[in-house]
Amino acid sequence: MSNAHSLTAEGLGLGYGERTVVEGLDLPIPPGRITVVVGANACGKSTILKAMSRLLPVRSGSVLLDGKSIHAMSTKEVARTLGLLPQSPIAPEGIAVADLVGRGRHPHQGMLSRWTSDDDLAVARALQVTGTADLADRSVDELSGGQRQRVWIAMVLAQQTELLLLDEPTTFLDVTHQIEVLDLLTDLNRDFGTTIVMVLHDLNLAARYADHLVAIKAGGLYAAGEPSAVLTETCVRDVFGLDNLVVPDPTNGKPLVLPLGRHHAAALPTS
Amino acid sequence: MTAVQPDALAATLEAVTAGRRRRGRRRLLVHLGLGLAVVVVFWLSLMLGRTNYPFSDVLMVILGGDVDGASFTVGTLRLPRAGTGLMVGLAFGLAGATFQTMLRNPLASPDVIGISSGASAAAVIGILVLAVSPTTVSVMATAAALATAFAIYLLAFKQGGVANTRLILIGIGVASMLGSVVSYVLSGAAAWDMQVAMRWLTGNLNGATWERTLPLLLAVVLLTPVLLYLLRDLEAIRLGDQTAAALGVPVERVRVLLIVVAVTLMAFATAAAGPIAFVAFLSGPIAARILGPVGSPVLASGLFGALLVLVADFFAQYALGTRFPVGVITGALGAPFLIYLLVRSNRSGGSL
Repeated sequence: MSNAHSLTAEGLGLGYGERTVVEGLDLPIPPGRITVVVGANACGKSTILKAMSRLLPVRSGSVLLDGKSIHAMSTKEVARTLGLLPQSPIAPEGIAVADLVGRGRHPHQGMLSRWTSDDDLAVARALQVTGTADLADRSVDELSGGQRQRVWIAMVLAQQTELLLLDEPTTFLDVTHQIEVLDLLTDLNRDFGTTIVMVLHDLNLAARYADHLVAIKAGGLYAAGEPSAVLTETCVRDVFGLDNLVVPDPTNGKPLVLPLGRHHAAALPTS
Repeated sequence: MTAVQPDALAATLEAVTAGRRRRGRRRLLVHLGLGLAVVVVFWLSLMLGRTNYPFSDVLMVILGGDVDGASFTVGTLRLPRAGTGLMVGLAFGLAGATFQTMLRNPLASPDVIGISSGASAAAVIGILVLAVSPTTVSVMATAAALATAFAIYLLAFKQGGVANTRLILIGIGVASMLGSVVSYVLSGAAAWDMQVAMRWLTGNLNGATWERTLPLLLAVVLLTPVLLYLLRDLEAIRLGDQTAAALGVPVERVRVLLIVVAVTLMAFATAAAGPIAFVAFLSGPIAARILGPVGSPVLASGLFGALLVLVADFFAQYALGTRFPVGVITGALGAPFLIYLLVRSNRSGGSL
């Protein structure tokens, strides 16, 4: 699957009510890569993700999907090209895994067109790719947090979009499951060329998994590019207001952020 | 994990198809079963009563034949009554489950959050104060129910959308306010109007006629298909507003449409038989339990509502010696169920 779809924000301005959250943001998303967005709480990361998936109207500027304004397209048209997994989706009580994943077929079904064997195939593929095929007939309620998150990702995959946006897909997961989910997303990117954009909180995981790292500060772009170029001590101090030390990750040379709290910094050797 | 293995994919595909067929079969069976039960109970309520008529007599009457005695009892008394009961139950069940699934809370039924109280208040004013025709009463009740729904929605609206718990609490407040309007109007009514007006307190099928039910019949025939068409989008909205929007559902438009359709059904049913207590509230959760997690419970809820009203009305008429309003029976069933739901929702979140 070659990736022809492009997603770009140009001069984006966003807000709720009186409050302006984002102003003048230019954010091109490199196609076929993994983009990770980081930033402090309430800096507008999720808001940006919502606007880029047409869930939120823009105040100014535009979001362009393949060069067309996403807000001028129909919601269904967008849903066939771009999938979004929000922060806390809700599983109806007792719903079976395969049934939930099948909901991802919604944008591909018309007014009167019924479920087809293509839909079954898309669901089976999504289950297979996410390693949840064994769970197909289980109830989503019974699953562990990591399994549930993989099922939700399977639902977005069943949507068969070449662009995938995820809002903090690792929240509430323990470290093993976080890695499991991020590895899965990397597989999708490497195997199928899916463009992935996600918001992450953990800077070290962000540095490890991102091809393209975006740091947002107070609704504006602070820096974007290779993780090693973006994630510097100055950047972490400016964006998060955190004293820190950035060292090369011994496993892969990517930047590794060591936060310095008020209490334990003295024990460090000065460099 | 690299690219998908063809063998494993074939096995998964088989499992997915089989699972979907199984759920589809269950959905079909439950709906057929409920539909059949409604037909049987409907027919029995035509046959049985103070005087019982054989199957053949009832059939004759329905086909337009003239049967001594049965023509009046079955054709003029029982048939409109059972027909009204069936449609009222259907409308309440559909409307209730629509709200409950849309707001993801079994307490969000229109009879709990004050929408049927709005219809009741308007109807009582229409009948007792303005003395207008039954059709005008239906129109007034519908307008008032929509206005109430809209008012609750606006009051519950906060920056970033409607918080469901807030909406329910505001609705309960509005319900008791409108309840006092009904009581106020009734307290000033003449004694001979009380019988009619009592309908607006508990719901009653006594004296049901085709003429009074006609608006409801039209509403049910026109709006049920619209509602069924919207169910697919409603199922997506159950996953959360953002998830639904990301799946290509125009969430706000669908929600407004669902509210208008459900409230209109609710209002016409209320205008025909009064706010039969708890039918809208009970039908959804019970139907969801019968159906299991295999799809939207809305249609099953409509069928169960019809069944509930028919059975409850039969009991209300004959089981206890005096003729009770049907709402007394459903109310007696509903209150314990409400308590059960509240207890249970504390434990498990208790979505529909």
